[in-house]
Amino acid sequence: MRRKHEVPMLEVKNLHVNVDDREILKGLDLTVNKGEVHAIMGPNGSGKSTLAYVMAGKPGYQATEGEILLDGENVLAMEPDERAAKGVFLAFQYPLEIPGVATMTFLRTALNAQRKKRGQAELSTPEFLKTVRETAGMLEIDQEMLRRAVNVGFSGGEKKRNEILQMALLQPRLCVLDETDSGLDIDALKIVADGVNRLRSPERAMIVITHYQRLLNHIVPDVVHVLSRGRIAKTGGKELALELEAKGYAEFQDEAALAS
Amino acid sequence: MNAEVRSMKTNAEQALAEAFVSAKPTLPGDGQVSALREAAFRSFEAEGLPHRRIEEWKYTDLRALMRDAKPIAGTPDAAAKSRAKSAGLLVGDIDARRIVFVDGMFVPELSDLANLSPGLTIRSMAEAMAAGDPQLAAHLGKVVSSEREGVLALNTALMRDGALVRVAKGATLERPIHLVFAATGARPASVFTRSLVVIEEGARAMLVESHDAAAAHQVNTALELVVGDGAHFDHIKITSGPSDLIHVSSLMAAIGARARFNDFAFNIGGGVVRNQLFVRFDGEGTLAGIRGASLLKGKQHVDTTVVAEHKAGGCQSREMFAAVLDGESRGVFQGKIIVQPHAQQTDAKMMTRALLLSEEAEADNKPELEIFADDVQCGHGATTGALDQDLKFYLMARGIPEPEAEALLVQAFVGEAIEGIEHAGLRDALMEQVVAWLKARGG
Repeated sequence: MRRKHEVPMLEVKNLHVNVDDREILKGLDLTVNKGEVHAIMGPNGSGKSTLAYVMAGKPGYQATEGEILLDGENVLAMEPDERAAKGVFLAFQYPLEIPGVATMTFLRTALNAQRKKRGQAELSTPEFLKTVRETAGMLEIDQEMLRRAVNVGFSGGEKKRNEILQMALLQPRLCVLDETDSGLDIDALKIVADGVNRLRSPERAMIVITHYQRLLNHIVPDVVHVLSRGRIAKTGGKELALELEAKGYAEFQDEAALAS
Repeated sequence: MNAEVRSMKTNAEQALAEAFVSAKPTLPGDGQVSALREAAFRSFEAEGLPHRRIEEWKYTDLRALMRDAKPIAGTPDAAAKSRAKSAGLLVGDIDARRIVFVDGMFVPELSDLANLSPGLTIRSMAEAMAAGDPQLAAHLGKVVSSEREGVLALNTALMRDGALVRVAKGATLERPIHLVFAATGARPASVFTRSLVVIEEGARAMLVESHDAAAAHQVNTALELVVGDGAHFDHIKITSGPSDLIHVSSLMAAIGARARFNDFAFNIGGGVVRNQLFVRFDGEGTLAGIRGASLLKGKQHVDTTVVAEHKAGGCQSREMFAAVLDGESRGVFQGKIIVQPHAQQTDAKMMTRALLLSEEAEADNKPELEIFADDVQCGHGATTGALDQDLKFYLMARGIPEPEAEALLVQAFVGEAIEGIEHAGLRDALMEQVVAWLKARGG
């Protein structure tokens, strides 16, 4: 998969991250090339969500050492909106409710802000509406939902589908999906996974963070990593996920404990 | 020594007393009206300007804030009238009947009094006072008693002009009435306007008041309102102006049975603004919404004080006020709900929310409940806080820059209050004002 002489899309080097003065990531290394889908699995508390947040630039997630290079450029000093404009997208584990902001307004503001930052013209209203309707239709998102305030009164599954809708509209280059399967029943999981699979492309990379192997039956990864105690403890192919499902994380918790 | 100092009048009080004496011969009305003025003036002389030791004015020490009193505005000249042509545009392009007051005086040539719909009467208060209009004998100074209310007494003593509006029994006004108050005089002046609005049984109307003023003006405006049984009345007051404007406003409303009453106060300017509303529910089965939104920056001080008195039972009142505070501004909300002994089945709720955009801004909330009936539902809530950082991050993670993300969240915050306005055009116009305010802030 890896092409020589090409800068990887994402390179995380020796990343140390503190949250509330506690070190959560302790020297994490990760390389993701374009076109690849990487799964990051691991026990609770291993630092999976921290990795997702620090990539998106959440305040309070303090990188004390190391780099996150996107196309060779360190994004750690960038504001979240700059990272988004460069193509980073985080699908939240717990999408937030924004009372008073209509979903349509939100989508449009986000899309146009990114286009503006990239020097592209704003989408016309008919173009925008057409794109949103088509994409929403594929994700079985009701038109009525789009008129409501962002995520307010949405079920867990609707919120997750709304995340994928945003991802599909914004067309990011690097998608980070944080526990996108949590709280989904099997039908919703399939809709979400289909939505994600439609976005797989040779120009796009994805990092799928999950505790369970279940999602990976639907979004089949190229590479699987096990994150434990703030570091990548093991890397393998998609069969690693099945192995974890069978054996659990006990082995890695011990391994990581020994390493630290 | 101390006692002597306390009994002394401030410069502003002294100037106002002198102004009354010299203006008295030229103020409109005789007989009953002038007796009302005299009594009010004596009350003002006894009380003076309200100050922080008066509980209702605890957070707005007008005596200290009003360093001087400006001379009473004269008759507006052509230049002042010309400047007033663009006043009141904050309401957007809604089709309303504009009635214009410049420097506190009615200006017929800027007003639209043509083709009044059946049942609608509009008259200048000065004219009504001079002519001894029977509506004044019935209602002026009587709608809600306001003893110990210094600024209202001052208004009654010095009231010059305003609107007398009557909507007859059963009449429905299709077009809203827009009272445009513009103090555009070249020199700082004091302006005293007084209006009386009578919405008779079963009538339906909407009234918008917009107030704007030039630099360093002092405006004292009052509106007495009578809403009859089964009537439906919407009132929206918009206050703007420069940062050295002192604007004091009193609404006294008596609401009949099975009526619908919606009040909205929108504050987007001024230096010191006091908006006081005294609303009394006299008949059963009325639904009322008393709402407002304020956007403050710099050193602005906006005080909203609402007294909702349930005299009759079975009424529902909802109060909802939102304030956005930037810079070193201060927002005050005082809300009192009174439920009289026989007003059973009263359902009264009061909610106030303050959003602080700066470390230096301050919000003060003082809710009070005085309940003398036992079968009622009353409640109040207050929140004060900064913008939700997690929501801001969510928006920014989608590529929305920080100022725009903040603007979206502020719009959402204010929008919740503005949604209470029934008139869509006006809702949109006010939201546009919010957006413009945020743009000026850098959003």
